[in-house]
Amino acid sequence: MPITKNIARSLAALTLGVTAGTALAGPTLDAINKRGTLVCGVHTGLTGFSAPDRNGKYAGIDVDYCKALAAAILGSPDKVKYVPLTAQQRFTALQSGEIDLLSRNTTWNSKRDTTMGSVFPGVWFFDGQAFVVNSKKNPKVRKLADLNKASVCVETGTTTERNLADYARANKLTFKPVVFEGQEATEKAFQSGRCDAYTTDSSGIAAMLVNLPSRADYTVLPEIISKEPLGPMLRRNDQEFFAIMRWMIFALQQAEESGVTQANVLQMKAESKDPTIQRLTGASGEVGKGLGLDADWAVRAIQAVGNYGESYDRNIKPLGLTRGMNALWNKGGLMYPMPLD
Amino acid sequence: MWSSERLRNVFYQIALLLLIGTLAGYAIHNLVHNLESRAITIGFSYFGQEAGFDISEKLIDYDPTHSYGRAFGVGLLNTLLVSFLAIIAASLIGLAIGIGRLSPNWLLRKLAGGYVESVRNVPLILQLLLWYGVLTELLPPVAEAHRFASIYLSQRGCTLPWPVAHAGWWAALLGLLAALACSLFWARRARRIRDRAGHAPRVLWPSLAACLLLPLAGWAAFGAPSEFSVPLISGFDFEGGKTVSPEFIALFIGLSTYTAAFIAEIVRGGILAVGRGQTDAAEALGLSRSQRLRLVILPQALRVMIPPLTSQYLNLTKNSSLAVAIGYPDLVSISNTTLNQTGQAIEAIALMMGVYLTISLAISGLMNWYNHRVRLVER
Repeated sequence: MPITKNIARSLAALTLGVTAGTALAGPTLDAINKRGTLVCGVHTGLTGFSAPDRNGKYAGIDVDYCKALAAAILGSPDKVKYVPLTAQQRFTALQSGEIDLLSRNTTWNSKRDTTMGSVFPGVWFFDGQAFVVNSKKNPKVRKLADLNKASVCVETGTTTERNLADYARANKLTFKPVVFEGQEATEKAFQSGRCDAYTTDSSGIAAMLVNLPSRADYTVLPEIISKEPLGPMLRRNDQEFFAIMRWMIFALQQAEESGVTQANVLQMKAESKDPTIQRLTGASGEVGKGLGLDADWAVRAIQAVGNYGESYDRNIKPLGLTRGMNALWNKGGLMYPMPLD
Repeated sequence: MWSSERLRNVFYQIALLLLIGTLAGYAIHNLVHNLESRAITIGFSYFGQEAGFDISEKLIDYDPTHSYGRAFGVGLLNTLLVSFLAIIAASLIGLAIGIGRLSPNWLLRKLAGGYVESVRNVPLILQLLLWYGVLTELLPPVAEAHRFASIYLSQRGCTLPWPVAHAGWWAALLGLLAALACSLFWARRARRIRDRAGHAPRVLWPSLAACLLLPLAGWAAFGAPSEFSVPLISGFDFEGGKTVSPEFIALFIGLSTYTAAFIAEIVRGGILAVGRGQTDAAEALGLSRSQRLRLVILPQALRVMIPPLTSQYLNLTKNSSLAVAIGYPDLVSISNTTLNQTGQAIEAIALMMGVYLTISLAISGLMNWYNHRVRLVER
C-alpha cells in the first residue's frame, strides 16, 4: 500500500510538472510583443554560429538571425534573451514554450518537421557531416574507408550518431562510437586521443579547429556523409510567426542578391528605383503589413546584422569555410530567396 | 459503523487513493490533450522501431538494425553491471577503511581519515572526470600500449586475453557456482554441529578446495578447452581478447571509491555502536584482535549498519547515471539518444524514472529482507 501510494504520487507530480510547463496559449508573436523581448534558444558555444565573443556577448550567424527578428518585431536587436541549450535540451525547450524559437544549427528532417510539434521555416546554413583525424597520430588515414574499426567520438542528441551507423552499414565498415553529452566533452575526448576520429557537421569541425593551437596536426577527411540543412525552428500551428521567420531568411538573402547592405540600406530605401529593393525596404508594397509588422521591418533587420552575405563573412568566413552551398543561387550556391511581392 | 476506528481509517485511505488517482488521471488527460493539440507524437510504439544507432559496449547481441527496446535493454544491463560490481568493491574498500579509522596504528588511522574526508567532500562528477582524464590523458595510444604478459593498457582501456566460447568454460562456471552453494550449505551445517556438539568441523579449507576442484572437474569433463583469444594490435585497435573500456573503468573506480568513503563512516559508526563491554568480554575470553572483530564486533555492528548501507547502495546505483558525462553507454545515455531521435521526451524520461525506481525498490527490498534476518531477536 505505501509503495503504490508513492508511485501514484510521484507519477502525479511528474505529469503535473509537465502540464504546467506546456499550458500556455496564444500565438508567439503576441507573447513576444507583450514581453518586449524575444527569447531565442541558441548553442552553448559554437564559434561562428553562437558563442560568446570577447565582450561576453553572444555572436554568430544563428545569433544574427535572432537579432534580425528582434529588430524587425521589437525595433531593437538588443531585445533578445538568449537561452543556451545543449543538443539534448533544445527540443523540449521549444515544445514547452521556454523559448520563442530555436536558432541553434538544427538539422531539418522529416521527423522534427512532423511528429515533434515543431516546424522549420527554411534553411539558414547548408552543412554536411564530416570526419576529422589527428594526422600526427594516424598519418595513414586519408579517406573514410581507412577508418574501419576505429573509435569515433560523437555528441549525443544529434543526427550524427545515426548517420554514422547508417554510413557504416551501407559501406560495410565498423566504427566504435564513443558517445558524450555536450560538444566540449566530445571534443576533449577526441583531442586526448580516446578516439581516432571525431565526427560532426563540417562547420562544427572548422569551429573546433580554429580554436586549437595545434590545428595543423589535424586533417578533415574529404567525405561528407550526410545532408545537414540547418535552420531555425518554431512551434507548430503558428502561421503568423512562421511567416515572419521564413521571410526574414528570404529578406536577408534578397538583400544580398540586390546589393543592399548594412551601410547602404537607408540610402537604398530613399533612392533605389529597383522594385524589388523598394518592396524589401518598404518604400513600396505591403510585405511588412502581410507579416503583421510595419513597413520598415526588413530595414531594421539589415541595419542590425547586415545582409546574409555580410553575416556569413563576419561569422563563418573566419572559420576558413568557403561559401559553397551557402552562396546565392546565381553564384553557384543553393540559397534562393523567394520573390517579394 | 462510523464509530469503528478501523473502518474509518480504511475509508480515509480509499478516499485519499481516489483523490490521488483522479489528480493523476486529470494530469495525464491534460498532458495527452496538450501534446495532441501540438502534434507531438505520444505513446511507446517507438519501442519496436529500428534504433539505427550503434552502441560500443553491450552484454547482449545488438546492432543498429535492432529495436529501440533492445537498445534500452543494452543500456539497462550496462547500468546494472557497473552498479553491481561497484557495490561489491565499495563495500570491501569501505569496510577496510572503516576498520582502518579505528586502528590503534596512528598512520593507518590518519590515512583512512584523510581518505574519507577528501573523497567524501569532492563532488562525484568531478571525481569521475578526473579518473577519466587520468585514464585517457596518461595512458599511451594503442601502438605504444603498456604491456604486462598478454594484458595491454592503452587509451582504449584494458585489453586482456579471453577464453574462446566453449562448453568447458560454462561447465567450469557452473562448477564454481555449485562449489559456492555447497560451501554456504556446509558453513551453516558446521554452525549447527558446533551448537550441538561444541566443536565445529573445518569450513574454510574444504570450501576452498571445492571452489578449486569443482570448476576444474567441470572444465576437464567438457573437453578441457585451452583456447584463448589473445589480443594483438591491428590498426586502430586490438584484434581478439576482451577490452574493458576506459569509460567503464573510470566509472567503476569513481563510483566505488566515492561510495566507499561513506560506507567507511557507516562501518566506523556501526563498530562504535557496539558496547565497550563486548570488547572487554571478548578480550577476557582470550580472543585475538582479529577474532574479536570477526566474531563479536562486526556481527553486532552489521545490524546498525544495514539501513544506512542500503541508502548508500541506492545512491551508488542512481549516481551511475552520471556515466553520460564520460561516455559510458548506460541507461541514461541510451535513453538520451532515443529521446533525441524519436523526440518522445516524456516517455523516455518516465521510463528511466520507472526503471531507477524499480532497481531502487528491488535493492531496498533485498536489504530489508536481510535486515529482518539479522536483526536482534528479542526474547
